[in-house]
Amino acid sequence: MFILQILANGIVLGCLYACIAAGFSLVWGVLNVINLMHGSFIVLGSYLAWGAYNSLGLSPWLTLAIAAPLFYAFGYLVQRGLLNRVIAAPVLVTLTLTFGLDLILNNAMILAFKADYRRLILEPALGTLAMGPVVVPVDRIVAMGFALVLTGALYLILRKSRVGRAIIAVRLDRDAATLMGVRVKPTYAAAFGLGAAMAGCAGVLLALIFPISPLSAIPYLGKAFVVCVLGGLGSVPGAVVGGLLLGLVESFGAMAFGPEHAVTLSFALLILFLIFRPQGLLGKRGFE
Amino acid sequence: MKLGRDLLLFGLVLLLGTLPFFGEAYTLRLGTFACMYAIMAVSWNVIGGLAGYPSFATAAFFGLGAYAGGVLLAKGAALLLALAFAGALAFGGAMLLGAVLLRLRGHYFAIASLAVGEVLRELTNTATNLTGGGMGLNIPLGAMTGGILGEATFHFLAMWGLLLLALAVVVWIERSKLGFGLACIRQNESAADMIGVNATLYKSLAFAFSGVFVAMAGTLYAAWVHYIEPPDVYDILFAVKPIVMALLGGLGSTVGAVLGAFVFLGIEEVVWRNYLQVHTGVLGFLVVVLLLFLPHGLVSIGRRLRTGRAPA
Repeated sequence: MFILQILANGIVLGCLYACIAAGFSLVWGVLNVINLMHGSFIVLGSYLAWGAYNSLGLSPWLTLAIAAPLFYAFGYLVQRGLLNRVIAAPVLVTLTLTFGLDLILNNAMILAFKADYRRLILEPALGTLAMGPVVVPVDRIVAMGFALVLTGALYLILRKSRVGRAIIAVRLDRDAATLMGVRVKPTYAAAFGLGAAMAGCAGVLLALIFPISPLSAIPYLGKAFVVCVLGGLGSVPGAVVGGLLLGLVESFGAMAFGPEHAVTLSFALLILFLIFRPQGLLGKRGFE
Repeated sequence: MKLGRDLLLFGLVLLLGTLPFFGEAYTLRLGTFACMYAIMAVSWNVIGGLAGYPSFATAAFFGLGAYAGGVLLAKGAALLLALAFAGALAFGGAMLLGAVLLRLRGHYFAIASLAVGEVLRELTNTATNLTGGGMGLNIPLGAMTGGILGEATFHFLAMWGLLLLALAVVVWIERSKLGFGLACIRQNESAADMIGVNATLYKSLAFAFSGVFVAMAGTLYAAWVHYIEPPDVYDILFAVKPIVMALLGGLGSTVGAVLGAFVFLGIEEVVWRNYLQVHTGVLGFLVVVLLLFLPHGLVSIGRRLRTGRAPA
């Protein structure tokens, strides 16, 4: 029965990881940029939820509607103004540039919010839901539901909308897409904006579950990395599969080896995947 | 031209060695850091600059060296023995790991190398019996004479000597068959493979040489500060700073790496002293400005002034 509880925890965690990683994977897959700001975007989203709840009394579910356009605009501008200038440069340059931007963003957050941990506590608390022997807090279930909805929405945007098709076209073949009349730079900016919006919304959801601090940015970023490599790059289903896998591995690994080894385990898994299946579980070769 | 540059480099570094004659403890501390940063930047340049593989493993090597050497020192081993052990461990480990990790390219290699540091940090954290885990590791004060200044002088000279050794080896690599092979790999790995460059061996060697001196610098650092803990020596900034230094100086150039390290330390110290609250932000700003406006580093300024435009 213990197993069922761990399974449930792993699935809840996994859906949230999928949401964290979907935007990161999109940016990496389409722009070939590893956005090291992703973790800070998530934390910023958490602060937004915290501030909106504590000063305006706005529930986190409503904050999602604000966070998405806000972060989209922010990401769009960062890509248009800064990253597009070096988009053709080698990997090292774009990676280091986002690292520099992340240092600025993280430092600004430490100045603005201090480094102490905060927690968003809903009043009244939503309680827990017991299904037989398995007990899950309701706020986690709702957060998981929203994470799935958001990830699904991203999938639909990429599948059905005009800008989504343009993003996919640029990902598959940039030159051919340019010849077909897709304007590449605004498309890049839109992809980055979508990635940022996903990160911000994931942050809003995570505010309900984990303590909020600028120091959490790096661990979140680490999760996004691992999920992308496990699931396969640049695809939303890949992020979901990778997220679930990581969530389950972490939950069961924590039980088997002790919680202090969870990080080692996930990074060991990362290295194994990089060596033996670098395209990920759902990825196709040639997209690396 | 090339020879002149190398001589200039050695002259500059040799000159730094006279620091104990007129420096006080603070200047010596700065000098020690300058040498340590230069070791990191020059070492990173072997894998990142010469071979073109963006390695984020510098922090892993540094932490590994600090702990491997530090544990030996704490058990009472001599400094030279600890240095040799740390260096050998890093070299051997990097050869083995390199053969596996260096099959990855671009972002994938970058992440895998970053993950090495994270895994080592967690392992160090959990191996409490050996390393003290999160409590950190105390390294006893050696039988040092001459008080604070004497100790500062000793550690400065040790780090400086290591820098000279690292420079000698790296300059030798640049001129050897290995350096030529690495340049081939950077330009076109498949073609290099085709004409008979043993790419796996060469890349592994480059990775190992990018680690060995950093690990030894880690041991010296542990002996110098007498107390290390995992978040300190496996700091991710140790993985990124050498890259910024190399970019600051000019990618692929050993002279540039040393120059970049010194300039970087100068900027860092000024910012750190005056704007403690925002020093990481200022560092980030510096990185952004550097990448957007001076992508070829300080060594390109001269060229740019001569030709009147940016190099292609």
